[in-house]
Amino acid sequence: MSDNNDRNQVINELTTSEYKYGFVSDIETDQAPKGLSEKTIQFISAKKNEPEWLLEFRLKAYRHWLTVKEPDWALLHHPPIDYQDIIYYSAPKAKKKLQNLDEVDPDLIDTFNKLGISLEEQKHLSGIAVDAVIDSVSVKTTFQETLAKHDIIFCSFSDAVKHHPDLVKKYLGKVVPYTDNYFAALNSAVFSDGSFCYIPKGVRCPIELSTYFRINAANTGQFERTLLIACEGSYVSYLEGCTAPMRDKNQLHAAIVEIFTMDNAEVKYSTVQNWYPGNKEGKGGIYNFVTKRGLCKGHHSKISWTQVETGSAITWKYPSCILKGDFSVGEFYSVAVTNNYQQADTGTKMIHLGKNTKSTIISKGISAGKSNNSYRGMVRISKNADNARNFSQCDSLLLGNQCGAHTFPYIKSGNDTAIIEHEATTSKISDDQLFYCQQRCIGKEKAIGLIVNGYAKQVLNKLPMEYAMEARKLLAITLEGSVG
Amino acid sequence: MLLNINNLHVSINEKEIIKGLNFSVNKGEVHAIMGPNGTGKSTLAAAVTGREGYEVTKGEIIYKGQIINDWQPDKRANEGIFLSFQYPIEIPGVNMINFMRTAVNAQREYKGLPAMSASEFLKKTEKEKKLVEINSKLTNRSVNEGFSGGEKKKNEIFQMAMLEPQLAILDETDSGLDIDALKVVAKGVNKLRSKNNAFIIITHYQRLLDYIEPDFVHVMYNGRIVKSGGKGLAHELEEHGYDWIKKQFDD
Repeated sequence: MSDNNDRNQVINELTTSEYKYGFVSDIETDQAPKGLSEKTIQFISAKKNEPEWLLEFRLKAYRHWLTVKEPDWALLHHPPIDYQDIIYYSAPKAKKKLQNLDEVDPDLIDTFNKLGISLEEQKHLSGIAVDAVIDSVSVKTTFQETLAKHDIIFCSFSDAVKHHPDLVKKYLGKVVPYTDNYFAALNSAVFSDGSFCYIPKGVRCPIELSTYFRINAANTGQFERTLLIACEGSYVSYLEGCTAPMRDKNQLHAAIVEIFTMDNAEVKYSTVQNWYPGNKEGKGGIYNFVTKRGLCKGHHSKISWTQVETGSAITWKYPSCILKGDFSVGEFYSVAVTNNYQQADTGTKMIHLGKNTKSTIISKGISAGKSNNSYRGMVRISKNADNARNFSQCDSLLLGNQCGAHTFPYIKSGNDTAIIEHEATTSKISDDQLFYCQQRCIGKEKAIGLIVNGYAKQVLNKLPMEYAMEARKLLAITLEGSVG
Repeated sequence: MLLNINNLHVSINEKEIIKGLNFSVNKGEVHAIMGPNGTGKSTLAAAVTGREGYEVTKGEIIYKGQIINDWQPDKRANEGIFLSFQYPIEIPGVNMINFMRTAVNAQREYKGLPAMSASEFLKKTEKEKKLVEINSKLTNRSVNEGFSGGEKKKNEIFQMAMLEPQLAILDETDSGLDIDALKVVAKGVNKLRSKNNAFIIITHYQRLLDYIEPDFVHVMYNGRIVKSGGKGLAHELEEHGYDWIKKQFDD
């Protein structure tokens, strides 16, 4: 009969399953020397042939960064990060300008194949345009023709700087200024590349836009920058997914995502985050400090964040919405899973400025192993935001008795007409549920996957189909057997 | 012999509940286990199915010739032991049909069979749903969530039909059922009865046994089977209650 020992053994065996995507591809890189200084920034800017104004932007951000301190309010513990021990720029060496997939470095193609996102396949099968980012430089962009037909711009950030400098200049740093926080300043100083997306007035993007990020060279921080603009009456569903190779040393990742929606525009932004979480002793793994924010600028505009966070040693991330336009809508759907020694401090901010604005927050935290999982969320209703409405539901699920779940909701209401609802629950996978599954022939590991997926269903349902399937698998893989 | 229990002792939190129980079941038989509350009937079901926290301190449970004391619950289930729960468990967000498909295919995998095709599964589902008179509205919900008491019990029998066990234990499946639901459950069981399987029906009342005719009736008291007989014994209990048993064995 099963007992505690047996159970602990199952936990140990299964929570320690090796990271599936742990491999390193050997591609020649062209990288900046270690460390951060004005010189590094000039090197990056020069490498990318950037205009003067962008270099100025970077330098201002850097000078600001020097004056601020790393935030310490999150429930996260890690050894101090040595910012001078990081390589801030690394790009695959392109031998010449690539015209088609055949010319892409075969090792790179191989890397994609291992990840199961072969561009070849993507091109033929999926109806998703993939802007694949390996070590900071966009290598290949597909589906440009379909997008061009609708005048949609979807390209690497560097290309946008070259070809659409006015748009970049107009929106860069406008919703996440470099003064926003420590990591935003860092990113603004050293960001390497990322994606740019512009949906013109009245256009409903016919395909789901997808970017796969991947950290590749050793000791290289990844500083992505995404800028997404949805003009009046437009719609786009944007997917972001990450995997990273196994690393012995912690890797710093500080990304920024900025979204703008104009009148009646809607952006659906989905993330599946599966960076290397470190090994079972908590060694290695990605430090993921991300600033994501959207501005619902126009009336009746909408931004919806959906995230499935299973990776990273440390996750610090609060995708937020500023609801400026009247009748604008912000949504945040999140599943965050932590196992072993992973730490996640994640949530959202919903800032209600406009009248009749509405926000929904559904957060599902799942903790296993010796991990810590915190929800931190803020709902703020400003003085003029008449009839604002918020509904928040924050659930925590514990697997085992060595992990932690925490909820930090902050609510500030400056308007009497606001209606704010907050619900929170904490539960454990019950022995009864497990026994019931086992009595129906379903093994323990599979049973946990089943129960957890049921628990997270409300959020998973918000993901586009193909992503939902990937996410389900990820949840099961991450949590197999981790119960006690 | 399908099931043979020898001198079984079972404790929960070091408190002994079953105190030297002997009991055996052959293929093709239906056994009813009756007795007053708190005499260890449900504990027996839990011990046979391997529920955590029910510690076998002495004795053996032999199923199909093998001692299964140390088997995991899912192994026992895969080997054909089914429990119809007294209180079926809710699993939010997990669709009943998907749950059943996972179960059926887990069992097939255990037996080295390929997964059941979608159409085959659907066909079987439709057939067994009819057997217990439940509809798709129910099976499209999350496992046992928002089911009425009667629906939960019918759903247990539905699952039993899907998994085709060799040894089915019905733990107070009749409690809380109205007469119509009771008849449906009984009909289901009778239809599934065969030469190759056996049933253990745990109940307080004679009622269910009017519809499912047992081959043997046992009375459990204070952690042991104290009296066994044919179906006449059930009537006797119905007429006289359990007091005469208590009197006899309390001394």
